[in-house]
Amino acid sequence: MIFVTIGTQLPFDRLIKIIDELAPQLHEEVIAQVYQCGFTPKNIKAIDFLAPDEFNTLFDKARLIVSHAGMGTILSALQKDKPIIVFPRIAALGEHRNEHQLATARKIKEMGAVNVAMNEEEITSMLLNGNQITFQHIGNRASPSLIQSIEDFIDRP
Amino acid sequence: MSKKILAVASIGGHWIQLLRIARPMEEHYEMVFVSTHPKCATMVEGQKFCLTTDFSRSDAWKLIPSFFKAIKTIRKEKPDAIITTGAAPGLIYLVVGKLLGRKTIWIDSIANAEHLSASGRMASKFASRIYTQWKDLATGEIQYAGNVFGNTK
Repeated sequence: MIFVTIGTQLPFDRLIKIIDELAPQLHEEVIAQVYQCGFTPKNIKAIDFLAPDEFNTLFDKARLIVSHAGMGTILSALQKDKPIIVFPRIAALGEHRNEHQLATARKIKEMGAVNVAMNEEEITSMLLNGNQITFQHIGNRASPSLIQSIEDFIDRP
Repeated sequence: MSKKILAVASIGGHWIQLLRIARPMEEHYEMVFVSTHPKCATMVEGQKFCLTTDFSRSDAWKLIPSFFKAIKTIRKEKPDAIITTGAAPGLIYLVVGKLLGRKTIWIDSIANAEHLSASGRMASKFASRIYTQWKDLATGEIQYAGNVFGNTK
């Protein structure tokens, strides 16, 4: 199962539409958590509201996560060793208040931490050729150097 | 006696980031976690958890109850330091913490890859220490020491 999540604050119809059109070629169940979707998806199961525990159940059951560039979802996927494709919102298209998702997506792509698709062509190619999708295990904590720096500062008289 | 740390973040990405920094700190400190949704408590089982009011720029009047809640919590818990990854509610705890003479640490969200967040820029006026998670955003005042991903290159 592929689980698509776009967060709970703003709609993201461009992503839902791409996935809905692609779904018949995927031969796999697709469940999407949507928000104020402006059309009715035909080929995927779209759910408007998910309680946190329902969300977690679907997230854990999924083989692959497709998500906007929300850091909570990205980190949760990596912590759980789930492959994730990140598709950033574009503020110029009215999908967010500013372009931070685009900037963050570009930079985490450089880090090599997650699969990032910047446009329809890239996400289509990733979903149809699953072998491009990689994932990285990140454990459950931040950089030891960051934690150490904070602790040193706290312990300083 | 180990020091006491108040760790504050809104539910969502900010909270997930905070846990990756603050949960390992349980090994050295007494931690008190603060977030904006009761569900967050289940993610820090065995640790002390307090609820605070959530708000953003669109319902900014709620910063008033948030401010008083912060005063009450900080007076009661008497933490040695307050750490937060944001967003607006974290900023309130940081400001109140500073006014009450505590060490205050702001860790800007990794989602701010091009410049510090608006809350982070405000926090820099109050925080005793401020971190970015991107090396190229570090300045003399804004420090970089790593990020929440941890072991990536």
